[in-house]
Amino acid sequence: MEHLEFRFPGRPGLVWKAEGKLVGVVGSGNLEVLIEPADLKGDCLATISTSIVGFGETWRQVLTDFMERHTLSDIRISINDGGATPAVVSLRLDQAVADYLGAAQ
Amino acid sequence: MSGSYLEASARNRILGLLDPGSFVEFLGPTARVTSPHLPELDMPVAFDDGVAVGEGKIGGRTVLIAAQEGKFMGGAVGEVHGAKLTGLLERAIDIKPSAVLLLFDTGGVRLQEANAGLIAVGEIQRAVLAARHAGVPVIALVGGRNGCYGGTSIVARTCDWIIGSEEGRLSISGPEVIETVEGAEEFDSQDRALVWRTMGVKHRRLIGDIDRVVADDIDAFRAAAQDYFGKSRPLALDALNAEQEFLASRLKRFEDCRDAREIWARLGVNESGRVPDLNPDEFENLASSCAVRRP
Amino acid sequence: MYQSSMLGKPARDWTRLEQSYRGRMERGNAISGNKIVPHQDAVALMEAVIESGDRVCIEGNNQKHADFLAAELARCSPKRIHGLHIVQSNIALPTHLDVFENGLAEKLDFCYSGPQGVRISRLVKDGQVKVGAIHTYLELYSRYFCDLTPHVSFIAADAADRDGNLYTGVNTEDTPAIVEATAFKSGILIAQVNRIVDRVPRVDVPGDWVSYVIESPKPYYIEPIFTRDPAVITEIQILMAMMVIRGIYEKYGVTRLNHGIGFDTAAIELILPTYAADLGLKGKICRYMSVNPCPTLIPAIESGFIDGIHCAGSEVGMSDYVAARSDVFFIGRDGSMRSNRVFCQLAGHYADLFIGSTLQIDLEGNSSTATHNRITGFGGAPNFGSESRGRRHASPSWLLAGQEASRDPHRMPRGRKLVVQLVQTFSDPTSPTFVERLDAWTLKDSFGLPLPPVMVYGDDLTHIVTEEGIANLLLCDDLAEREQAIRAVAGYTPVGLGRDRAVVTRLRAKGAVVYPEDIGVDKRLATRDLLAARSIKDLVRWSGGLYDPPARFRNW
Repeated sequence: MEHLEFRFPGRPGLVWKAEGKLVGVVGSGNLEVLIEPADLKGDCLATISTSIVGFGETWRQVLTDFMERHTLSDIRISINDGGATPAVVSLRLDQAVADYLGAAQ
Repeated sequence: MSGSYLEASARNRILGLLDPGSFVEFLGPTARVTSPHLPELDMPVAFDDGVAVGEGKIGGRTVLIAAQEGKFMGGAVGEVHGAKLTGLLERAIDIKPSAVLLLFDTGGVRLQEANAGLIAVGEIQRAVLAARHAGVPVIALVGGRNGCYGGTSIVARTCDWIIGSEEGRLSISGPEVIETVEGAEEFDSQDRALVWRTMGVKHRRLIGDIDRVVADDIDAFRAAAQDYFGKSRPLALDALNAEQEFLASRLKRFEDCRDAREIWARLGVNESGRVPDLNPDEFENLASSCAVRRP
Repeated sequence: MYQSSMLGKPARDWTRLEQSYRGRMERGNAISGNKIVPHQDAVALMEAVIESGDRVCIEGNNQKHADFLAAELARCSPKRIHGLHIVQSNIALPTHLDVFENGLAEKLDFCYSGPQGVRISRLVKDGQVKVGAIHTYLELYSRYFCDLTPHVSFIAADAADRDGNLYTGVNTEDTPAIVEATAFKSGILIAQVNRIVDRVPRVDVPGDWVSYVIESPKPYYIEPIFTRDPAVITEIQILMAMMVIRGIYEKYGVTRLNHGIGFDTAAIELILPTYAADLGLKGKICRYMSVNPCPTLIPAIESGFIDGIHCAGSEVGMSDYVAARSDVFFIGRDGSMRSNRVFCQLAGHYADLFIGSTLQIDLEGNSSTATHNRITGFGGAPNFGSESRGRRHASPSWLLAGQEASRDPHRMPRGRKLVVQLVQTFSDPTSPTFVERLDAWTLKDSFGLPLPPVMVYGDDLTHIVTEEGIANLLLCDDLAEREQAIRAVAGYTPVGLGRDRAVVTRLRAKGAVVYPEDIGVDKRLATRDLLAARSIKDLVRWSGGLYDPPARFRNW
C-alpha cells in the first residue's frame, strides 16, 4: 500500500458546506472517494491510500487537473484505491463533486 | 424507487427502499471505522467496512436497515462489518422498529480476518435471535450478485422471513468450492444454469427455504417487505422441533433426486425445465400451489 | 506420353494432379469401399490418401473445428507421412501443434494462433515449425487459389447424407473457401460430421465435391466467444461509446460498418436504442453490419436500427432468434442461417467504417496485439481495419472522410474508409496502451519475421477514440501533428503527459482533437442506466425469449 497526500490552494469564491459524500467502492480496478468540508484555510487536501505503489506523480497530475476543473476550497478528499486507472479516478472525483454540490443546494 | 436492485449499490438500495429523506446512517463513511486487520495484510480498507447501517421509515413506519456492499471484498463479513450488523440488531431490542431489514450480498466470512470474521457471524446470529425474541421481525433480502453464502446464509435462514429475486442465491458452500472439492463432474460451477437451479432463489422458494420471490426491482422488494411488518415466526422450542422434523422429512422425500428439476417435478410442477423462464408473478402463482411449506 | 511435334522432345504430362487424385482414391477405397467411413478407420484412411510433402488444411476458425480429424492426423505414423505443409487459418487446438511435434509436418502458413500462441512460439524457436508467412484470413484463402492450394482438406459439417452432401448450417464459416479450392484442383476432401442423415436440411457442399465422410464420435464443440455479458460493461466504456456515436457515426453518417468483437463495441450496440435514438439517429446510422450475430445486437435490431447483417459465423444460443428475423439475416430455404467468412470479410472491407480495439498504439498510429513471447497472428482484423483502395462507389461518409484527408485540392480526389481504434488509455494502471515503440519490433527480432507484426497500420487509421477524446488523424497535416493528436487523447500515460499543449490547442481548434465537451457529450449520462440491456436476462427479454443463452450465462 502507498499513502499519498496532496494539498492544493483552493480557488476562492464559493464555499460549499454539505455533509460528506461517498462515491464508488474499493475493489479491483476501482476506488471510493469521500468528499467532506474541512477547515483548511481555504485550501483543499487530498489523501490517498492505494494498493498500486509508485504512481504518485500520476496521482498528482490527475488531482491537479481535477482541481482546475472545479472551484473548490476547504474541501477534504479521501480516497481508498484498489488499482483504478486514471480515467476511473477522474470520473469518480467528478461524480463526488457533483453529488456533494447537488446535496449542498 | 423503481429500478434494478441488482444494479444498485448498497446505499442506493437502502435509499430506494426507504421513504425519501428518512435515512439516518450510523457509523457512516465519515466516521471512518475501518478494518484493523486489512492494513496488516497490505490491503485497502473501505470507510464503512463494506456495510451501511441505519434507521429510516418505510410507509411512515420505523425500520432498522443494513445493506452489504457486494463490490467490496465480495461483501464478506469482517470484524467491523459484523459489529455494525450486531449493533443494529441490538438496537432493535431497544427501539422495537416495525422490522429489521438485512440486505445480504455476501460470500460469507471475510477469510482475511479469520477468527474475527467467524466470531462476528456467530454474534450476528445470536443478535438476530435476540431481536426476534423481543418481537421484532427480522427480514432478509437476497438479490445481489454475490448471493448469500457461507456463515451469513445460516444467519439469513435464522431470520423470520426471506425475500429474494431470481438473480439471488442462498447456499452455504459456493459453487467453485464444491467443484474444487468434489470435481466438475459432480458440480460444474461454470454451468450457471445448474448453479441457479441448485442454489437460486426460485429453487429455495419451491423447497420451502424462502418466503417470497419478487422482480429485480427495489419497489417490489419494498412492497414485499411491508407485508411482513409486525409479523414474527414463532421462536419457541416446539417451533424449533417442528422445523427439525420438517427438515428431516424434506430430506427423506427428495434425497434420491439428482437435480432440482426432479424435485420440482415431484412437487407437481409441469415442465420443470421452464421454471427459470417464469416471470415473478407467474412463479409466485406456481409456488403458492406447489412449494413445500415451512411449518 | 505424347511427342511434341514442334520441338521433337517428349512433352510434359499435364495431368499429374489428376493421376495423383486417382491413386489416392484407389488406396482410400481399399480402406473403405463406401464414401462414409467408420471413425475407427480414420487413421488408416489418412495414411492411405495423404502423401508426404502434401499441403494439408484442417478447417477451424474461431468457432467450429474439424477437431476429430485433427486428432486422428496427429496419430498417423511419421514413417508413412512426413514433411507436410500445413496451410490453415487457425492453430487453435493442441492437436494442431502435435502434428508438428510428432514429426508429420514441418512447414506452416496460417493466420491466427491465439490459444496456442506461447507453444507455437516455442516450437518456432526450436525449429520444429518453419513458418512460411502469417496471413490475414482473406490473404490465406486467396492463396488457396494461387500457390497454396491444399492437396488434402479436412472440413467440419453438421450433417451429411449418404451421397456426401453436407449441411454446414449456421456455422458454415470458412468451408466454402476451402472446398472450392480443394475440390477443383484434384484435392481430397474429408469431412467430419456430427450426424449422418437420410436427407440434409439443405445442401451447403455438394456430395460430388466430397471424397469421404466420417461421423465423429463426439460433435464438434463451439465456444460462445461472441457473447458479451452486459453486466460487466463499465461507465468508461459507455462514455467512449457515446463519443463514437456522436463524434463519428453521426458526424459522417455511417450506415455500413463492422464492429470488431469486444466489450467496447458491445457498449456502442447497447446504447443505440437509447442514446442514439434520443439523438434522432435511427435509420441514419448502423443500418448494415458485417459481424457475427452477437447477442448484444438484439436491442438495436428490435428497435429498428439495423436493416441487415451478414455473418462470418454464428453464435451459440442465437440460432432461433436469427431464424425468426429473416428480413435481417441471411437465411436458407431450410430456415436456418448460412454464414460465410470470406463474403462477410469482403462486405466489411468495402463498408464505410471499421471499429475495433487493440493492445498497443505507437506515435504514428500503428497498432498491434503482439506481445513478447507469443506469436498470435492477425486473424481477420486487418481485412476490416484497412483502407479499401479498390473501392470506387461513393457514400456520404466515404466522401467526407476523403475530403478531410485531402491536402492539395489540385490532386485527384478520392474517398476514404473510416478505420477507428477504440481503446482505453490504460488497460490496467501499470499498462498504458500508448507506447513510443511497439512490442511488435521485439517480436520481429526474436522470431526472425520479415516485418514487425502490425494489426492496423497508422497509414490506414483515421481515428483513435479513448475515454479522453477523439483524435481525427485525417485532419492532421503531417506526422508531427499526428503524433500530437495521439498524445492529446493518451491521457495520463507517459505518451499523453508528453504532449505539446500549444500544438494540441491548435489541433483542437481545427477539429483534429475533439474532447467530449466539444461535441456535446455529457459525461454525467455515462452510466449503466444508458444501456438498453444490462444483463443477459435483459437480452433474452428483448428477444421475446428467442435468444437461448448457453448455461454459463444463465444467472437466474
